[in-house]
Amino acid sequence: MDNPDAGAQKRSMTTDTDIVIVGGGLNGPALALALGDAGFDVTVIDALQAGARGEDAFDGRGYALALASQRLLKAIGVWGAVAENSTPLLEIRISDGKPGTGPGPFVLEFDHAEIDEGPMGYMVEDRFLSRALAGAVEAHPRVTVLSGETVVAQAVEGSTATVTLASGRTLSARLIVGCDGRASGTARRAGIDRWGHDYGQTALVCAIAHEHPHHGVAHQFFMPPGPLAILPLPGNRSSIVWTETTEDAARVHALDEALYLDHLRPRFGDFLGDISIAGERFTYPLNLTVAERFVDDRVALVGDAAHGMHPIAGQGLNAGLKDVGALAEILTLAKRRGEDFGRRDVLDRYQQWRRFDVMQMVLATEGANRLFSNDNPILRVARDVGLGLINAMPGIRRGFIREAAGLTGDLPKLLEGRQI
Amino acid sequence: MSAGQTTVDPSEVAKFEAMAAEWWDPTGKFKPLHMMNPVRLDYITSQIAAEFGRDLSDDKPFAGLRILDIGCGGGLLSEPMARLGADVVGADAAERNIPVAQVHAEQSGLDIDYRFTTAEALAVAGEQFDVVLNMEVVEHVADPLSYLTACQQLLKPGGLMVCSTINRNPKSFMVAIVGAEHVMRWLPKGTHEWDKFITPDELGNLITESGLRLVDKQGFVFNPILWSWSISSRDLSVNYVTASVKAA
Repeated sequence: MDNPDAGAQKRSMTTDTDIVIVGGGLNGPALALALGDAGFDVTVIDALQAGARGEDAFDGRGYALALASQRLLKAIGVWGAVAENSTPLLEIRISDGKPGTGPGPFVLEFDHAEIDEGPMGYMVEDRFLSRALAGAVEAHPRVTVLSGETVVAQAVEGSTATVTLASGRTLSARLIVGCDGRASGTARRAGIDRWGHDYGQTALVCAIAHEHPHHGVAHQFFMPPGPLAILPLPGNRSSIVWTETTEDAARVHALDEALYLDHLRPRFGDFLGDISIAGERFTYPLNLTVAERFVDDRVALVGDAAHGMHPIAGQGLNAGLKDVGALAEILTLAKRRGEDFGRRDVLDRYQQWRRFDVMQMVLATEGANRLFSNDNPILRVARDVGLGLINAMPGIRRGFIREAAGLTGDLPKLLEGRQI
Repeated sequence: MSAGQTTVDPSEVAKFEAMAAEWWDPTGKFKPLHMMNPVRLDYITSQIAAEFGRDLSDDKPFAGLRILDIGCGGGLLSEPMARLGADVVGADAAERNIPVAQVHAEQSGLDIDYRFTTAEALAVAGEQFDVVLNMEVVEHVADPLSYLTACQQLLKPGGLMVCSTINRNPKSFMVAIVGAEHVMRWLPKGTHEWDKFITPDELGNLITESGLRLVDKQGFVFNPILWSWSISSRDLSVNYVTASVKAA
């Protein structure tokens, strides 16, 4: 060749790593483990310092992990470290209510005894899941974590994608995966627009200690300002997700514990006896934000980066882990075929697999929030009759139970507890 | 030749890059090949893995295997084989394809030996391969038997040939010529001549006559509702693929 340097200047033959995952929350590490197991070299870029996410005061959320999500965690080898701090979800009770009057008479009950697979899912607190994922990622020979680093720029040229970090370091890969949440910088830098809206609601989240045992029952009371979910934690504790208008939530959050509880009690009811606050209190503003597409050339979006939803159905993390399972499977099969796995036509298969499911979920959560978060007497009668009707029909009820357990649809192998 | 020492004239690189981009555009001129490629690769990789006892979940599972891709075009099969660790020779009888494939392999960081030559010429030169990929070629050659005999000669004892083509019947005429060339315009008109299509039985006989043993045949089926290809053991009515081996 006349100019032996031309090729070398233009393109590098190899990349620093196969896949860069931006975001060290829950989906990022889970995806890193699934991909590492499949033989990919993965680098996770986490804006936080190592260990920060496992601290008790970091995140107060508890997750209702669908059975399918728990199977994925088992398949990627982290469930063992989470199990002892999890609570099986044996029953879900949904009712319409008003503060002061407690749950209404029309209750919809989903009992795991109606399906063969076991509990519908498990309640796990964020800190335990974060610690288990961090430990597994640390131990994985193919996964590297860069903590305390943020991405400031990304570029795609030919078959190489490059990220530039705040420290000035650059990292080349075949694919960048954005697991960087609702305000995904990965999506923004790739020119992917988002749509959605602010709900004007904020979720108040904390752990509650109560007098009586919860027997593995999760409750969802629909109140006019928004739903109150009471989700069982180990011991006589439950995690609450209490949705109010953003103004009211700010007022309640500012109260001291005694006054906070005074506001909570009429909504919570007395079925679990005396209640008290166990741990820190948190607030999460609620919005819907969906990426107009989940992929670009050498870029894929996972979890809230692709679709941030209302927590009304408790499906945020479950949907994210479904993305993890689907993307890991598509990329693994492409790698085994010898395909260039970062190419858009490979990534389109992931988008095609997930988008319909995600859109269905967006519509369902939108509909549920509009139907239930109001005090319109006509809608109130309609939803009470609806709840009662669904409850009276075992076939439909079982369908909802399987849906809640995440057992419906075209499931990625990892969510069936199988290896890819 | 390594990817770093291409013989492509630098003044022509831009032109070849543009042509390579065309070859590799999944929505462009070669869209039908791109749509079919995952099932072709599924079949090829699983046959090679079975024949040579390789595990596709290993890193570089085809390391140590020498593979010939006949009619390599832009390298749609050669690149995956190289990525799986094989030592790949891509041959094409169309000279213009060679620099295009070279430029793209370089962009992909792959080392592939692309040559402007034919199976017959490689056989005369005494080249030997573990695997010969003979995909969508046999329906374009003038003398299928002498062509397949050359392929047989190119195989080492115990070697594997994967050969795909198009069946000859009224349905394949409607699908492959009327549908793909005239209605969907996936392929330029005149790409295929229907009377050169070969039935699975005829191909089986030709393979046997060439000195290979047919070990498997499957259909590649396009589902217009799912808009995707799949492998079928029953439906060989249009596109189909065979695997055959040379006695060890």
